[in-house]
Amino acid sequence: MKFGGGISVTRSFYILGSVLLAASCAAAQPTVQVEPTRLQGPRPLQEQTQATAVRDYLQAWQTVGTALQQNNAALLDRDFVGAAKDKLVETIQQQAALGVRTHYQDKAHDIKIAFYSPEGLSLQLTDDVDYDVQILDHEKEQTTQHVHAHYIVVMTPAEVRWRVRVFQAQPE
Amino acid sequence: MIINSALFSGALLAAICSQLALSQDKSLTLPQTVEAGSAFSIQSTGSGKATLLIVGLGQVIKRDMQLGQTISFPSGTLYNAGRYVTVLERESSPSPETGAFNVLPSSKPAEINFLARPSRLQVGLRGGITGAAYLFDSYHNLVTVPTPVSFELSNPVGATQKRTATTKDGAAWTELDSTAQQGIDKFVARAGDVSSMRIIGQVPGDPCGLKMSAQPDGRQVHVKTEPVKDCSGNAVPDGTIVTFTETYGDAQSTVDVPLKRGIAEVKLPAHPGARISVASGVVLGNEIRWGN
Repeated sequence: MKFGGGISVTRSFYILGSVLLAASCAAAQPTVQVEPTRLQGPRPLQEQTQATAVRDYLQAWQTVGTALQQNNAALLDRDFVGAAKDKLVETIQQQAALGVRTHYQDKAHDIKIAFYSPEGLSLQLTDDVDYDVQILDHEKEQTTQHVHAHYIVVMTPAEVRWRVRVFQAQPE
Repeated sequence: MIINSALFSGALLAAICSQLALSQDKSLTLPQTVEAGSAFSIQSTGSGKATLLIVGLGQVIKRDMQLGQTISFPSGTLYNAGRYVTVLERESSPSPETGAFNVLPSSKPAEINFLARPSRLQVGLRGGITGAAYLFDSYHNLVTVPTPVSFELSNPVGATQKRTATTKDGAAWTELDSTAQQGIDKFVARAGDVSSMRIIGQVPGDPCGLKMSAQPDGRQVHVKTEPVKDCSGNAVPDGTIVTFTETYGDAQSTVDVPLKRGIAEVKLPAHPGARISVASGVVLGNEIRWGN
């Protein structure tokens, strides 16, 4: 099973290593594949709407990476709302209290639009995502792991962009 | 053959050694999955002090522990569904031990997010009402196990439409017709013990069978509609505009009249031979030719 076996372990580096890694990660762009849409639901999804939602979703991953690296919950406001935002805010608070920082760097996305609700107020997608997570405990890097995960995401439209309302990984 | 046998033995030995090394390295026995919010434990082997980090996008937990003991997490400790990475920092080893497991949402819905549209529509529209439901457990995790959701639309006189849909990745939807009866309908989505209700106002449709009569009134003609109703027999609301048009020779005059107590009436000049018609919106009523 992809999910269980997709983790690789990297030996610890210390601060210099983590800084170099973070710098190289910041420059990397994930590869993105969007599968042809096979929607459940009666509402057709315009190409432009799909492109905008996918763009906003990918930006949300960048935001997660930065917010959890800096332990700065305010950064989440643009891209997250509702339960997804609450959970990430809680994670950042826990990290800060424990002296932990994490850096999530998405490497590859395989996105499928699954459901566009009939009234157009929610859009659900699934994403088989590969990402690296670097874990620092009191600024000492403990590990960097490569993770493959299946995400279920629900987005809702806000004034000028789609925001992530549900952001949940689960076994495939 | 001898070579093959030797190769096989060597490979087997290497595999056994590798397994032994692996089992010696691993201090923790992690659960493969944990249900959100439920109690769980992690067994450890070895000796000495260690610190366990459980890291995910939903939560971060840190525990000091004594290797060789079982560390227990009471219910309500880890409740956000997702993929969690574990890092065990051992005092006796410079390199941490890592692992991972999943926290799954509960299969029991505790909350429904119900999107229903529109809040107000005409009676008798096919597929006019839609509803989408997302199911969440008590920790606001999306319930991803396929779960039946019943959608029920009932009007004040007791007529009910019912549909059942099974969730896919936590979402289900339906499409229903608006009923023939105007009024306030209740639209309910239900999954297990939880439900969510929305109100749908059904208003009369366009006038149907618009009909007027004419009576002489001095030098004028008094035209008056019958009570204006839609095709289902619901009274069209007062204020709806009804247009009377009188055509005589090359001249034409038009009067817009709002419905009052269900009817529209007006006095027009009585031109012998004039044709008088009535309409409301795109609906045409009857035509009267005023006597020569």
